[in-house]
Amino acid sequence: MRRVVVVGGGPAGTAAAKAAAACGVEVVLVEAEPEPGDRRRADRRRLDGVEHLAESEVWAIEPVAGGHRVHVRTGPTDGPDRTGRAIEARALVLATGAHDRTLPFPGWDLPGIHTTQAVLAGTAGIASGERVIVAGPGPFLPPAATSLIEAGARVTAVLEAGDPVAAFLSRPAGVLADRAGAGELARHTAALAGHDVPIARRSAVMAASGRDRVTAVLAARLDEHWNPLPRSLRRFEIDALVVGFGRTPRLELAGAAGCAVEDGSVAVNAAQATSVSGVFAAGELTGIGGAAAAEGAVAGAAAAKLLGARVRAPIKWMRRARAGRRFAAALAEAYPIGPGWREWLSEETPVCPCEGVSYGELRRALAGPGEGGSRQLELVTGAGLGWCRGHRCGRNIAELAGQAEDLGHGGVAAPVRLGELAGER
Amino acid sequence: MSGIDSADVVVVGAGIVGAACAEALSAAGLRVLVLDRGSPAGAATAASGGGVLVSDKDPGPELELAVASRRRWPELIEELRELIGPRSAEVGWEARGGLAVATSAEAIGPLAALTAAQRAAGIEVEDLDSASARDFEPELTEETTAVAYVPDDAGLRPAAATAALLSAVRARGGAVRHGVTATGTATDRSGAITGVRTGAEAIPCRAVVNACGPWAGHFSERIGAAVDVLPWRGVSLVTAPLSRFLTRAVWDAEHLDAGQEAGVPEWIGFEPTASGAVLLGAGRPLVSFEDDLDTAVLRRLARGAIRLFPGLAGVPVVRARNGFRPSTPDRLPVIGEDPRRPGLWHAAGHGGSGVGLAAGTGRLLADLFTGREPVVDPDSFRVDRPELALEAGA
Repeated sequence: MRRVVVVGGGPAGTAAAKAAAACGVEVVLVEAEPEPGDRRRADRRRLDGVEHLAESEVWAIEPVAGGHRVHVRTGPTDGPDRTGRAIEARALVLATGAHDRTLPFPGWDLPGIHTTQAVLAGTAGIASGERVIVAGPGPFLPPAATSLIEAGARVTAVLEAGDPVAAFLSRPAGVLADRAGAGELARHTAALAGHDVPIARRSAVMAASGRDRVTAVLAARLDEHWNPLPRSLRRFEIDALVVGFGRTPRLELAGAAGCAVEDGSVAVNAAQATSVSGVFAAGELTGIGGAAAAEGAVAGAAAAKLLGARVRAPIKWMRRARAGRRFAAALAEAYPIGPGWREWLSEETPVCPCEGVSYGELRRALAGPGEGGSRQLELVTGAGLGWCRGHRCGRNIAELAGQAEDLGHGGVAAPVRLGELAGER
Repeated sequence: MSGIDSADVVVVGAGIVGAACAEALSAAGLRVLVLDRGSPAGAATAASGGGVLVSDKDPGPELELAVASRRRWPELIEELRELIGPRSAEVGWEARGGLAVATSAEAIGPLAALTAAQRAAGIEVEDLDSASARDFEPELTEETTAVAYVPDDAGLRPAAATAALLSAVRARGGAVRHGVTATGTATDRSGAITGVRTGAEAIPCRAVVNACGPWAGHFSERIGAAVDVLPWRGVSLVTAPLSRFLTRAVWDAEHLDAGQEAGVPEWIGFEPTASGAVLLGAGRPLVSFEDDLDTAVLRRLARGAIRLFPGLAGVPVVRARNGFRPSTPDRLPVIGEDPRRPGLWHAAGHGGSGVGLAAGTGRLLADLFTGREPVVDPDSFRVDRPELALEAGA
């Protein structure tokens, strides 16, 4: 019981594990990534005093006297032979990060459409010379666009759904709170101007078309609620489309543990403590665009303190974390997602691509008597029960249904096979 | 009735039982207001797989009510179609039949005794050997020791049915208000109901129906007429959508034997859903509103599930939720007027069978309210039956 379990091996999780270990407490770091094959990445693994569980998934958090029991499965998620372990912890740090937000639009499941995150991670594979449009509410459109230009692609246009410059100007304190972040964005925007890439504000891709892959998009100007303005439709012939709708925190584990969530992120205080005693959260989980490593360091120290270690308050990291949170708030305000996006959907647009549930099917289910509650909606349509576990559709479906997303308090945080549940000791 | 100045009857709780009671009372000509502190069908009803079963009921008053309710449901749906139109009355009714499955030698006797008693009560039951059982449900284990098929078992979509019932209430001049919490009742000097309090407001009415599901006991205590309805915690699991894994409701007959010693059984039930996901439910007596995970229960449920359906071993569970099944000491619902407070009625304590029993409950309540011949003998469901050990009201 006298240990800290950190879930998530990204910048926040790694920082938390390091900080807690440096205070002299026992730390277990659980992360989904398998052990890296290459030496360079293996360096990151060398965390002294930290037991590292790679390729592992926390499927449940069970409150017990004095803390929580963390249920872990290790091994390839598709494989039949995962091993199970239950670890008791006095303190928990959740650093499960975020995944790309996706909004459905007609044609969004065509090959040749990538996210800005995929471009920045280098996994999009857009070839040199290809005509690309970069679109979305951002906020990573400029960096993605410059990255594409550097790779030799022809960026035909950048379409920003909002007007971030105006938004930033109205919230200067937020922007200045994280000068590094704001400076980055400004640099990329300037670079695009230097390459003569037109940047249109309040514009978005309404539909993508093509037979086997995307070959054209229809774009329109938007009003402030994201409703397309009539007579503003333009067609662009392209070879690839990059869309960025921002990111959204991975809430399954925090939700299962019962942590309070505000505006789609886990609510934390200055010590990164959540609403559940003994559970801390850090990184993108608490808000996109904050100072992940700083938050992790604060959370790790606070967790160690809970175990009774003598810990000096990490003032520097707390200041950095606070500045990061203010920037994240400014970011969220500068790049909101307006409600008009549902106007772009056609009957056939898939809203749950995993289970093949179209917008028309969802609308019919919602229009039918009483299916608005998410439990019954998913039992009837299957939307949200597929392999992506609602990452691509959960939030969208909740918005279309006019409800808050069900965070599944007391449930399983990751799919676990009945055979695995049966064998648990 | 937009301002809701008054009503003949206020039904507290817009789950399927409350909605059925409200519909039946409105059909009898009364002005009905339904209140729910959350949204309609938001709690126990939403967690239900929608089974309308007679196969799993103990012969006696429970089975009688279940049979009456099974008969009433399709009639009621037809009446709703006439009143609110076929689209709004589309509740997914399926008379698909159900199976009770034993996999041990010990459970053969208890299951045979149950089906004999059911046949004596007029229920059609067919005994199936292992091969025939798998004609009905191919994924069932080969290792069955006894299987009973009940053609009358049926199912519907609980949220849809609730909404249709509430639409009927509105169509007849009643109203439904969600997000409104009933906090107490107003009474005259003789102790009879004159209204229901909702915080600041008091709505005049001459009767209140407690249809608060798992909270029926708490609500009854709050208004000073405590009835012993408490929440039994059980868990529901939802698998990933599967292709035609299960067609009918199936329940595990093993607990019939184990139940005798433990005093209260732990049962496992399987229900198909329109999405193809299988809904598994298990119940165990734990009076608690805690919403946290209990892996011991999950483990038992998983083992039981694989014993009946070996193919489930490789199937992932995508959702696990706690469900609270409102239960009474003698496991029969409470349906009737509270003798301690004229005008206060209870319609609660249906365990895990609220959806199936709702139509019969609504009908019985309206019968008693209007003085009609009751559809079943109401005596076993009386509020003041000895098993409920009613305390004198405040």
